[in-house]
Amino acid sequence: MELFLMTVTTGIMVGGIYALIALGWVLIYKCSGVLNLAMGELTLIGAYVSLSFYSAGVPFLLALLFSLVIGFILGILTERIFLDKLIGEPVLTVIMVTVGLSFFFKGCVELVWGTDTRVFSPPVFPLKPIQLGPLIIGQVYLWSFVAAIILLCIFVCFFKYTRWGLAMQATADDEMAALSLGISARFVYAIAWAIAFMAAGVGGTLLGNINGLNISVGYMGLLVLPAVVLGGLNSVPGAIVGGIVIGVLQNLSGAYLDQFFPGGVKEIAPFAFMAVFLLFKPYGLWGWERIERV
Amino acid sequence: MQALAKSDQHGKDDILLELDDVYMFFGRVGALAGISLKVKRGHIHSIIGPNGAGKTVMMNCINGLYHPQKGNIYFKGEDIGKLKPYRRAKLGIARTFQKVEVFGGMTVLDNIRLGRHVHLKSGIVGGALYVGKTAREEIEHREFIEQEIIDLLEIEYIRDKPVGMLPYGLQKRVELGRALALRPELLILDEPLAGLNLEEVEDMARFILDVNEEKRWKVTCILVEHDMGVVMDLSDRVFVLNFGNKIIDGTPEEVQSNPEVIKAYLGEEDMYATRR
Repeated sequence: MELFLMTVTTGIMVGGIYALIALGWVLIYKCSGVLNLAMGELTLIGAYVSLSFYSAGVPFLLALLFSLVIGFILGILTERIFLDKLIGEPVLTVIMVTVGLSFFFKGCVELVWGTDTRVFSPPVFPLKPIQLGPLIIGQVYLWSFVAAIILLCIFVCFFKYTRWGLAMQATADDEMAALSLGISARFVYAIAWAIAFMAAGVGGTLLGNINGLNISVGYMGLLVLPAVVLGGLNSVPGAIVGGIVIGVLQNLSGAYLDQFFPGGVKEIAPFAFMAVFLLFKPYGLWGWERIERV
Repeated sequence: MQALAKSDQHGKDDILLELDDVYMFFGRVGALAGISLKVKRGHIHSIIGPNGAGKTVMMNCINGLYHPQKGNIYFKGEDIGKLKPYRRAKLGIARTFQKVEVFGGMTVLDNIRLGRHVHLKSGIVGGALYVGKTAREEIEHREFIEQEIIDLLEIEYIRDKPVGMLPYGLQKRVELGRALALRPELLILDEPLAGLNLEEVEDMARFILDVNEEKRWKVTCILVEHDMGVVMDLSDRVFVLNFGNKIIDGTPEEVQSNPEVIKAYLGEEDMYATRR
């Protein structure tokens, strides 16, 4: 029982990080209909940027802030350089470009930072675990969770309470009509990519704190796919719940199934779950069902 | 010299929108072949012509979805030919679309609220704190939407319904409401009556007249429409387009008696007498 509780709790905390990355992904999907397959690499870049600052002696919080700023700039640049020309082109074209971007970014990361596993040293969070009631939790998990939740709240508020949130939704729904109302589609896309870069960067930094940082953190970024599919692609609360569910699922399968299927069951479980889940709920938990009058 | 400048100034005030020798090609197909048009402030200026004449292309040029290869477009004397659609919306040009373009997943109210986008000033911080100016701004906008638009268009009873679920006629009405929320000086109506039943046509025609004539609105309208009865009733001037060329631009009476128009368009008795 204790093992179960512990596994679930850590799962929720890691899931918080996935939720943050998933939110960045959903924003892009929501306003442009683009499946961003480069999300894993966005995670990597942000993580390496903050690692570099941290290694250079910048305090962790400041390093995180810098990586947010750089993520914002990179997001806008990516949109301007690679995607701006594609406004109005079929969505599939843009999706293929994101595949290209993912290889490009991965190459850049290997070029700049190499392929060795790097760790945040000295460790950012104290190694001594915390006792929460009957549970013993590593501090890195706890604080990562807290950081992820704070950022999640900020982004959700942005989406819900500013006029740009509604504008993003409008652009997603009907770009031409949004343009005719004075909403700049370019600006909306740029903001969405900037937020995605920022969310992924922080997510990557936190993941890097837990396991050390190498190219494989990029694959963790891809875990957002089962998370967002579970939540229903274009639902913000769906992404958050989906992220947390995937975190828990991953941890549980690691703890209980690994003894039967040693090796990578932890990595596969979320995707297997996604496949089965889609059979029963093709729109995910809160996805829009396409309603149309014919 | 001064007198000249003065009359020039007056001319600018009087003419709200001017197209000057506008050419628009798609490949080698000339959709607009040197079109000039002057729309006076306060007028309802209709554009008619057979299908494929280039009416919607013309509207897209005015609103900025297309950029003509040649020719200039002036709005309030300012050259807007190079501006993107969202910049033109900010200047006061609103439009509805031939095939309704509403935000189907959103409520009627949200659709109309989006029309206020260009008038909202508050940024992220204001939105987060929601005090003082931001709150005041929102209340003002809400009053405008409730009292002016929803009442005018008589859509109070559907305000919280998702637009995608509404019948076509009401969707068109919501689209008009959204365009009006911009508080435009120029409103482009691209076939606002197509696909509506008789009662809905009468309502829509009344709304168009209201926003054109009522003191609080005084919106200049460009109306693209096939329903000749309504066009001739509402319009101050009628511009007839055929294969990208102007046939005539005159009062409804002049247009109706023009032999070329009768040949090209009105002569098709079916068109005139029956509704699609």
